[in-house]
This record gives sequence, structure tokens and C-alpha cells, in this order.
Amino acid sequence: MPKDHGIGASPKRREDVRFLSGTGNYTDDINLRGQAYVHFLRSDVAHGRINGIDTAAAAAMPGVIRIFTGADFEGVGGLPCGWQVTDKHGQPMQEPGHPVLAQGKVRHVGDPIAAVVAESREQARDAAEAIELDIEELPAVVDMKAAVQDGAPKVHDDLTSNLCYDWGFVEENKPAVEEAFAKAAHVTTLELVNNRLVANPMEPRVAVGDYNRASDESTLYTTSQNPHVIRLLMGAFVLGIPEHKLRVVAPDVGGGFGTKIFHYAEEAFCTFAAKAINRPVKWTASRSEAFISDAHGRDHVTKIELALDGDNNFTALRTETYANMGAYLSTFAPSVPTWLHGTLMAGNYKTPLIYVNVKAVFTNTVPVDAYRGAGRPEATFQLERVIDKAARELGVDPIALRRQNFITEFPYATPVAVEYDTGDYNATMDKLEEIADLSGFAARRAESEANGKLRGLGVNCYIEACGIAPSNLVGQLGARAGLYESATVRVNATGGLVVMTGSHSHGQGHETSFPQVIAEMIGIDESMVEIVHGDTANTPMGMGTYGSRSLAVGGSAMVRATEKIIAKAKKIAAHLMEASEADIELKDGAFSVAGTDKSVAWGDVCLAAYVPHNYPLEEIEPGLEETAFYDPSNFTYPAGAYACEVEVDPETGKVTIERFAAADDFGNVVNPMIVSGQVHGGLAQGIGQALLEGAVYDENGQLLNASYMDYAMPRASDVPFYTVDHSCQTPCTHNPLGVKGCGEAGAIGSPPAVVNAVVDALQSAGRDITHIDMPLSPSRVWQAMHG
Amino acid sequence: MTQVSMTVNGKPASGEVEGRTLLVSFLRDQLGMTGTHVGCDTSQCGACVVHVDGKPVKSCTMLALEADGAEVATIEGQAAPDGTLSAVQQAFQDHHGLQCGFCTPGMVMSATALLKENPKPTEEEIRGYLEGNICRCTGYHNIVKAIMAASGQDVTAIAAE
Repeated sequence: MPKDHGIGASPKRREDVRFLSGTGNYTDDINLRGQAYVHFLRSDVAHGRINGIDTAAAAAMPGVIRIFTGADFEGVGGLPCGWQVTDKHGQPMQEPGHPVLAQGKVRHVGDPIAAVVAESREQARDAAEAIELDIEELPAVVDMKAAVQDGAPKVHDDLTSNLCYDWGFVEENKPAVEEAFAKAAHVTTLELVNNRLVANPMEPRVAVGDYNRASDESTLYTTSQNPHVIRLLMGAFVLGIPEHKLRVVAPDVGGGFGTKIFHYAEEAFCTFAAKAINRPVKWTASRSEAFISDAHGRDHVTKIELALDGDNNFTALRTETYANMGAYLSTFAPSVPTWLHGTLMAGNYKTPLIYVNVKAVFTNTVPVDAYRGAGRPEATFQLERVIDKAARELGVDPIALRRQNFITEFPYATPVAVEYDTGDYNATMDKLEEIADLSGFAARRAESEANGKLRGLGVNCYIEACGIAPSNLVGQLGARAGLYESATVRVNATGGLVVMTGSHSHGQGHETSFPQVIAEMIGIDESMVEIVHGDTANTPMGMGTYGSRSLAVGGSAMVRATEKIIAKAKKIAAHLMEASEADIELKDGAFSVAGTDKSVAWGDVCLAAYVPHNYPLEEIEPGLEETAFYDPSNFTYPAGAYACEVEVDPETGKVTIERFAAADDFGNVVNPMIVSGQVHGGLAQGIGQALLEGAVYDENGQLLNASYMDYAMPRASDVPFYTVDHSCQTPCTHNPLGVKGCGEAGAIGSPPAVVNAVVDALQSAGRDITHIDMPLSPSRVWQAMHG
Repeated sequence: MTQVSMTVNGKPASGEVEGRTLLVSFLRDQLGMTGTHVGCDTSQCGACVVHVDGKPVKSCTMLALEADGAEVATIEGQAAPDGTLSAVQQAFQDHHGLQCGFCTPGMVMSATALLKENPKPTEEEIRGYLEGNICRCTGYHNIVKAIMAASGQDVTAIAAE
């Protein structure tokens, strides 16, 4: 019988009622009295020198309040980068400035040049069109390899080149890696592209800045995954506002996927401008604007080589990657191709020697940063594709080759710094074979072929490092922030609880799942627990939601705070029952004295804490409210195995996903329904990357598909029902819930499954095709077959 | 500026609009009915779907003046006056057919229109009908399942967890 409450149950989500009734409170739903509206005039060239901005005609247009340009921000800090990477020579990365509004040059299509604040959106936009720009267009660099050639136009004139850093990991292991390759029985090489993506959460970004002159307090409402982070970055590094004078509120947020982590120019602008004009200032991105102002994702070009011995054991791996940073360093950008990617190159395998080289490059394109999976999809894709290729070259079954090389002893110290706490990769592979009915594939292929279609099966594994992150470790790696999480648990006099969490829910259902944990710990009904998140005014400092961290890190903080509550409550109960604290047990919402039938209800203990008449005041204070900050001791390591079956129409090259199965190990699971939903969403995004999506720049730095008309978002007809399973559970050994997190897995594990399947389909038809770069659009597949 | 009048969720609503004012802007900005959402600017995403005279319409692609005199139904009017969710709304909650909720108003309005036109749609018909509704969170699995459930079809064979 599945549980109906507590950990492991799937209660209906509380959030749904307001979302289904149209009474959600998204940032664009917020309208402040007297608000003005801002429209940003953005560069339509990829690279240029600003010789003049003439705002005279625009300023005279109806409704215009004030026009701002880069000159207005000269005394203001630039947008900071939150992670400093050290290159393979021990030197810090090149770190250019990132002004709120362009100063001197524009460096990508979409770079904001001027901001028109007016009484209405339309008036602001109309006036922006009247601004006269004198921009001397400069040659743009778009291709990464070209950008690091001598003589390439420099995106940033004050840097020595367009190379942000040349990172080697682990540099001391490089000679041993080279030696292993030299004596390998077999080497498989693969060159591939991890295509640039636009995250496109359905809610475009919005910012509303507000200023109270009487109290000198600024408020920013923003579509963010981490309001405290925005408050710290913007307050300390950009605008010089102390935290006690700056409130950041992220209300209902319509999806993030990483794109809403970063501190953006528009946030700083609206906060700054609200003070400048003493009125609220609101900005709402259009979707086309989002394409050229939201951080993009992925965009790696990689060569990967796998060395094997005569018995098909992996002996060494080396990779060289060019990673696009875009025109400026977004908040976490340098960490994505390095610490979130290089450290996963062992995958699920015992490969003893690994060397990863990453060259991060500036180009005249939109800045690139974390997007669902952030470095781990890139690592998984290249590793699982080269393994698949090796299997085909060697004539070995792709599953058998993987199983033979699986890590089976835990904890396992990889040669790329991370240590996996626990896992069972054979178990998830066994589960996959069962739920994907792999033994039935041959018959399904015969049927497809009878219908004139090719059919392919792609299988792969993945592992990821998430539950981000141990602060002292990431600090050593260059992070400029801690990555703990926080929770304040406030018990009310009549027994209900409010949990104020530093995590943020933008679709993950924390308002439903977090109470399940507390309810289970205390033995009360979930309805007695309320979750508060998103407002820096009423939550403790937390780093927010991304990197599959909310339950692993945020949930752990909540557990620790609740443990403190329970410990204090036991003292109160002991006093009320005149017993020894050591004899007090808590079960099903009541405190009892072990070995007796004396008990006192949770509610009575709570009331006693706030009406302390019969109370050990000489030992403990009244009240029942505790805070915990949890800094994890390690990452968590969810892992799994995925299988995709595709049909390929040989006449058109069109690929359809016929079946997709995912066997995941997320450790303990709090709400299975929500977990499955996270996997479904991730799978669709991974399928989208593999078959449909890809931001395309021309050689002049123009983004050719900057709207939903031209960027192929997955629709309902592009995907099937999925078969997902998370019954294989090796609990995390180092957090109190034993959870590993699940938010990114689907997007990490699915692209290789899809591409492996298409290659399998084409090879089944006798085509000697070993790889096609994503997206595997019909024309690319057709070209590969007929080219 | 021109006066426009319509009925929204059974109640009269009017205001002054420009010729270029979109129906979605009229609903959100002038009537304060922010349940209908704007997710794109090329009429692809469907977050803005409402019903105009009984038919599903993308309110971002209709001018407010074009709805003059029309009966408009939005997400705010789908539940009963006492708050009881409609069959489609309840099915979305039962089957976890939403995560961030931003596409949801348009999804519910499209699904409601579909079931009026086709009371027992197949999986394929549902997926095809939703071509104009993009979701980035759910992967569509639970949305399709919810719509089938709302139509009274047995969804026990479709994996829940």
C-alpha cells in the first residue's frame, strides 16, 4: 500500500489550487502604485564601438520620464562573476568588466545600450525607437577556435586575448594519461558539439524596482531562483546598498532551469532607477528579448578519447573542450565547464586515469551559464557517446561494455577529485532492462522495418554530482560564495509550524513536499506545516534552488532545525510529565515517558512554550523556534540508466521517439509523484536538445532563431509517455534524509540515449554513420544518410 | 483611445483602449485579471489562451477591440463560485499536470475547449491539439494523462510514478 502522508507519499500539491485558478502571484502580476515602465534599447550588432547616443528626440516623446545610458552607471559597480577559475599555469582567469548598461562598446546582439523609463510600456518602446545610435560596427568573433587565433578581434580590449582560461585537470596526471594512451590496445576518438541552448522557461524575466525615500529602503521583485544571492551580489557589488536596506522578493516564478539564478543587468537597473526617479520601475521581457538577454546554456566543442586494454577495460580518458562564455562572464559561468563537468568524467566507470582540458572563450554572443544539469549533461554526453562508439568499434554489446567497467565498491574516489558515497549501477541497469523491455526490441524493430521505418535502441548511463555544495571545497575551487542552505522553523502556540526556507520553489513543489518531511519527524498532519520562501525579509540567508539541491541541502537544514525543535520540546515535555528528558519519546505527535502510559500531546507542549507557567524557566527560554544552516560535506551522486527507442523515416530523416525508459537511483524519495514529474520534464528538455533545439548564430553574430517561431521548443507531439522508475535507492550516506536530488537527471541522461538510438537505427540499415551532431533535425539525419 | 465593452466570466467589463491594445493586455492590465499569461510574442506558446464566444483564442493575437461585445471566458472563471475546481482543473491537480503553473491557464483553457469539441480524445489527438501550448516543466506526460482522465477515460495503464 503506498503511503498517503509523510515521506514517500504523493499528496496533491497545495500550489496547484492557485495556479489552476489563475490566482498565482508572478512578478508581472505585481503592479505598484505610480509605477513607471522601462524598455531597453539593445544592440542589434554583435560587436561595435559606441561613438554616440543621441536621446534628445526620444526624451521629448510623450510619457518619457528619463533615459539612462552607460554614463549613468559609471559610479556603479559592474555585474560580478561568482566563481574564479585558476588556469593550468596557476593564473587566475581573465575577468572583464560587465557594466549594467554598455560602456564604450557593445559586445553581443542584445547588449543593453540605453533604458527608456516612461509612463507606459508602449511609450517607453516608442521612445526607444527614436534614440539615435552612432555605433561603428566591428568584426565579430563567433566561432570559438577562430576567437583564440592570433589576430582575432578582441571582445574585450583590456584583456590579452579572447581566452578566458586554459584549464587542465588533473594536470599532474597528464603524463600518466598520455602513457596509457600510448600503450592502449584500442583508442576510440569522437569529436562532438554540445549545442547551445536557450532555457526558455515559460515565464519571461521580469523585474520591479521600488524605493522608499522616507526609509531609504529599496525593494526588488524579480523572477529569481535565489533572492538572497541577488540581494548579496547586487547590494554588495553593484549598487552599494547594505542588506538591511535592500529587500529582494522572488514570488511565484514560472520555471527557471538555471537561467533565473544569475544576477542580471535589468535587476540592477530597476533597483537603481527606482531610487533615481523615486517611483517604482517595472521591466517585463518579451520572448524575443529573452532570447538575446537570458543566459544561454551548453555550447561546448569537444574531442574525447577513450583508451581500452585488450580485455575492453577502460584504461584512460582524455578530453579537450572549447567552452563558450559568450561576451561577458555570467554569474557562475566559469565553473560550469570546469568543476561541474571535469569532475564527472569518470562517469559510472573505474577508468583510472583521466585528463580534462577546457579552454573557455569569449565570443560576441549572449553570455553562457548554467542550464539544467550545468556541465553534467556535457560530461555525460561525451562520455556515453564515446563508450557507445567504442562498443560498436569493438563489436561488443554496449550494455556489457558498461557493466564490465562499472564502479562496484563504495565509497569510490575518482581520479577527478570527487568521491562517490554510494550507488549500484548494475541495479539500475537491471531495472532498465526490465522496464524498457529490452528483450522485446528485436520484434519491435522488425515491425518498424515492415512499415518502412528504421528503428534504433540507445542505452546509456549517467551519474551527476549535485546537492550543491560543500562550501570549503568549492571555495578552494574558486567559488566566491558559500553553498549551504538554511531553515528557520517557527512553532506557533497552538501547534502549527511555519518553515522559512532559503530554498525557492519555481515548480518543484516544496510547499507540498517539505511539510511531508516535518510531518513525518513529529508525527503531525502535513496541513499543520506551512512553507515560506522567496522573500529575503522573512527567510534566513540561503543560496536558492538549482543543482538539485533543495531537498538534499535545504531539506537537511530543515531537518536539523526540526531536530533542535524536537530536542527542546522534549525538555518541555519532560518538565510537564515530571520525568527525565532521557526517557521522553516522540511518536505520532505525542511525547511519552518510556515504559509508562504517561503522555502529552504536541499541541500542549507548544502551548507551554508560549505560555510558560509550568515550565523550566531556569533551564530553557520560552518559545519554540530554531534555525539551522546546513553545509553539506559532499556532493550527492544520483545515477541511472536510460533507454530510448526511435524510428527514423529514411525518406525524410525525421526521428520520432517511440519509447523512453529511465531507471534512476535518487536515494530516498520524499514525494514520488513530484520526482517523476521532475524526470519527465528533464527528459523532454534532453529530447529537445537532441532532436529539435539549438541557438544558431551566423558569422556576423546575429542570432538567427531568436523567437519561438524559429527555435524549436518540444511540443506534446514530440514526445511519448515515459516509463520512469526510481525504486532503486541507495540512500545518500551523508545527509539526514538520505536523498540525492532529482531535478536535473532527466536532462543529463537523455541526450546520449537519443543519439545512441539514432546511430543504432542508421547502422541497422547498413549506414556507416558513427555520429551526428545535435540537434538531429530531419535535414541533418537525411544528409548523414545520403551525403 | 476607444471604448470597448465585453462580458468576462459572465460579468460586464469595459475600458478605454488603443487600437493596438491586445486582448491579453486589456485583461491583465486594465481588468487586473492576471491569470491569463504572456509567454511569447509570436503566438506559439498558448499561455494566453482564453475563450471568446465559446472558442479557444490566443488573446495575444487578438486586439481588445476585436472582442467588443463578445463573451470572454478566462481561467479565473473556470471554477465554480464556491471554489470547486472544474473537471479539467481537478484532473490537472490529481495527476500532477503542472509544476511552475505558468503555462497552466492556457493549457486548462485549451483542454477545456478540446473536450467540448471531442469528448473522448485519443492520446494522439490530445498531443496534436496541444501543438499551440508549450510547457517547459512537465514534459507533457501528466498533462496528457490529466486530460484523458478529465474526459472520463481510464488512465491506470499510464504510469504515474
